Amino acid sequence: MQLGELAGLKPSKPMRDVFGEALLNLARQNSRVVVLDGDLGNSTKAELVRQEFPERFFNIGIAESNLVGIGAGMAACGLIPFITSFSSFLLCNAYDQIRLAVGISNLNAKIVGSHGGITLGKDGPTQMGIEDLALMGGIPTFVILAPSDPASMHRAVQAAADHVGPVFLRSSRIAMPHIYPDDNCPFEIGRANILRQGADLTIIACGMMVAAGLDAAAILSTEGIDARVIDLHTIRPLDRDTIEAAARETGAIVCAEEHLLQGGMGSNVARLVAECCPVPMRFVGLPDIYVESADPDDLLVKYHLTAEDIAAAARQVFSAKRRITL
Amino acid sequence: MTITQAELENLKEKARQIRLDILEMTTRAGSGHPSSSWSATEIVVALYFGAILRHRPNDPWWSERDRFIMSKGHAAPLLYAALAHAGYFDRDELWRLRQIDSPVQGHPVQGLLPGVEATTGSLGQGLSLGIGHVLAGRLTQLNYRVYVLLGDGECEAGQIWESAMAAAHFKTASLTAILDYNKYQETGPISREMALEPLADKWRSFGWHVEEVDGHNISAIIDKLELVQTITDQPSIIIAHTVKGKGVSFVEADYTFHGRALTPEQAVRAREEINAAR
Ligand SMILES: Cc1ncc(C[n+]2csc(CCOP(=O)(O)OP(=O)(O)O)c2C)c(N)n1
Ligand SMILES: [Mg+2]
Repeated sequence: MQLGELAGLKPSKPMRDVFGEALLNLARQNSRVVVLDGDLGNSTKAELVRQEFPERFFNIGIAESNLVGIGAGMAACGLIPFITSFSSFLLCNAYDQIRLAVGISNLNAKIVGSHGGITLGKDGPTQMGIEDLALMGGIPTFVILAPSDPASMHRAVQAAADHVGPVFLRSSRIAMPHIYPDDNCPFEIGRANILRQGADLTIIACGMMVAAGLDAAAILSTEGIDARVIDLHTIRPLDRDTIEAAARETGAIVCAEEHLLQGGMGSNVARLVAECCPVPMRFVGLPDIYVESADPDDLLVKYHLTAEDIAAAARQVFSAKRRITL
Repeated sequence: MTITQAELENLKEKARQIRLDILEMTTRAGSGHPSSSWSATEIVVALYFGAILRHRPNDPWWSERDRFIMSKGHAAPLLYAALAHAGYFDRDELWRLRQIDSPVQGHPVQGLLPGVEATTGSLGQGLSLGIGHVLAGRLTQLNYRVYVLLGDGECEAGQIWESAMAAAHFKTASLTAILDYNKYQETGPISREMALEPLADKWRSFGWHVEEVDGHNISAIIDKLELVQTITDQPSIIIAHTVKGKGVSFVEADYTFHGRALTPEQAVRAREEINAAR
C-alpha cells in the first residue's frame, strides 16, 4: 500500500528534489540567499543552485563545523545562508557551532537537515536523522519546520527565508504524496493546518507521518471513528491554540512522527496538552534503539510507523477517552 | 621480505574475487558504494592476505590482534568481503547487505559482525579511534599495531587534523594510516572542491612519517607496510595513489557513480571486465 493511497492522495517525487527546486526558486528571487554544502549537494539537491548560481554556492567539503561557522559569518554580514547537509552529519558534527555561532548569536541563518528520519533506509543508522528535532529543540532560538508534502516544502523554504532569525528545516529522501494543491497551501510559521475535521480524537503529525495520519483517518472512518488530522509543520513555536482546541473538542490525541519518541514533536505537544487540557494521548515514533539498514518500507513496518499503527494507537486512545468520560 | 611471484598471483586473484563480491553485494542491495570499495581493494587485500595483520578470524576479539579500522565507512562492502574471505563469517552473509534484520549494515557497526572494529560512516572519526587503541595497548602492555584506512575527501574533516596532531604528540609509532588518494570526493574532483594539496607535506609537518605508493600494486603496498613497521618514534601514513572505481572502466571514468550501485545490465559488463583482468 502506498503512502497516502487510502486517503486518495496523489504520489509525488522525493522531497529532496522538491527542496532543491524550492531553494533554486528562492535563489532566483533573492540575491542575498547563498547556499552552503557539505559535499552532499547531489544528495540534498542543493546542487540545483550550484548549476545556476555558482557564485552563490559554496561547497565547504566534509567539514560540517567549518560549514556552519562560515555560514554564520555570512549571516552576520547580511546574507541569508542556507546551510545544507544530512541532518545527522550537520547537527551531530556541528552542534556547538549551530548553538553558539547561530543560536546564541540569534543570526539569520537557515540549517537544512536533509535525509531526516529513517526513510533514507539502506545507508543505515550512522546516516539517519532520528534525533534532529530533539537536538534542535535544545537550541531555544531556532524555529523548527518539518513540511509534509511538495507544496508545503515550497512554502516552508520561503517562510524560512522570510523569517528573520535561526530556522531549522527538515528535508527527506522519501517521496511524500500531495496533501495540498500546489497553489493553495497555507503555511504560517507557528500555525498548524487542520486537514480533516473530526470529533472523536485528533491525530497530530509532521513530515511523512501526515499522509500516514490521513490514511489512518480513512481506516478509522470505516469503523465509525471520526478523526481530526493536524499537520504540525512547525515544531517550534508550537501552535498552542490549535492543539488546545483539539484536546478540548476531541478529548484524545495521537502524535505521529518519523523521529525518536524521546524529545520529538510528540513530547512537546504532550507538555502543552498536560498544561492546558490533559487528555489521553498515544505516541507513534521510534523507541530507544538504533534502526538498521534496510528498505524504507520494510523499516516502516518493522518499527511501527504505518497508517495501521496510527490507527491502532487511535483506537486505544479513543477507548481510553471513553473510559474516562463514562 | 619480498613476496614470491606465486604469492603475488594469489593476492591478485583474491583482489579479483573481492571486487566481484563487492559488485554482487551492492548490485543485489541496489545501493551502496562500489566505486569507493574498488578504490581500496588492493590496500585491504595487502593488509588481510599479505601477512601484515596478525589476527585470528576464529578468535576475532583476541586482545592482541592487530586492528583494522575502516574510517571511510562507506567502503563497508570491501571490509565485509575481506572479512568473509578471511574466514570471520560465512560468505553467504554478504548477500544480506542492507537487508532488514541483517548484521551486514550499509555502514559498519562495531561488533555486529566479527571483525568489525568500529562504527563508521560519519567521516573523520577513525583515526582518533585508532589512537585510542594504541594508547590502550600501551597501558595494558599488549603489543599490536593499528591500521586506519582514510579517504582523501575525508581529510577535509577537522577531526582528522586533530587526530594527526595528537598521534604525533603521543608518538604512536604502531599507528599506520593508509590514505586512499583517489582524487575524488562525493560531489566532484577534490582539486575543484577543496585545496588538499600539498598533502604529503601537511602530514609531514604534523609530525608523521610519510610514504607514497601506487595503491593498486599489491607487492609495493606490502613493502611499504613492512617498511613503516621499522619507524619507531612517530606515526606513519602511506599515501596510496588510487583510481576510484578501479577495475571497471566506465565507473573509473564517471565520478557520479559515487554512492551508486550498478544496474544489473551495468553489472554484467563490470563482471566481464573484472574477470578479463585475470
Ligand atoms: C561527516 C560526514 N559528512 C558527509 C558524509 C557523506 N559522504 C559519504 S562518502 C562522502 C565522500 C567521501 O569522499 P572520500 O573520503 O574521498 O572517499 P571515496 O569515496 O572517494 O573513497 C561523503 C561526503 C559523511 N559520510 N560523513
Ligand atoms: Mg576519494
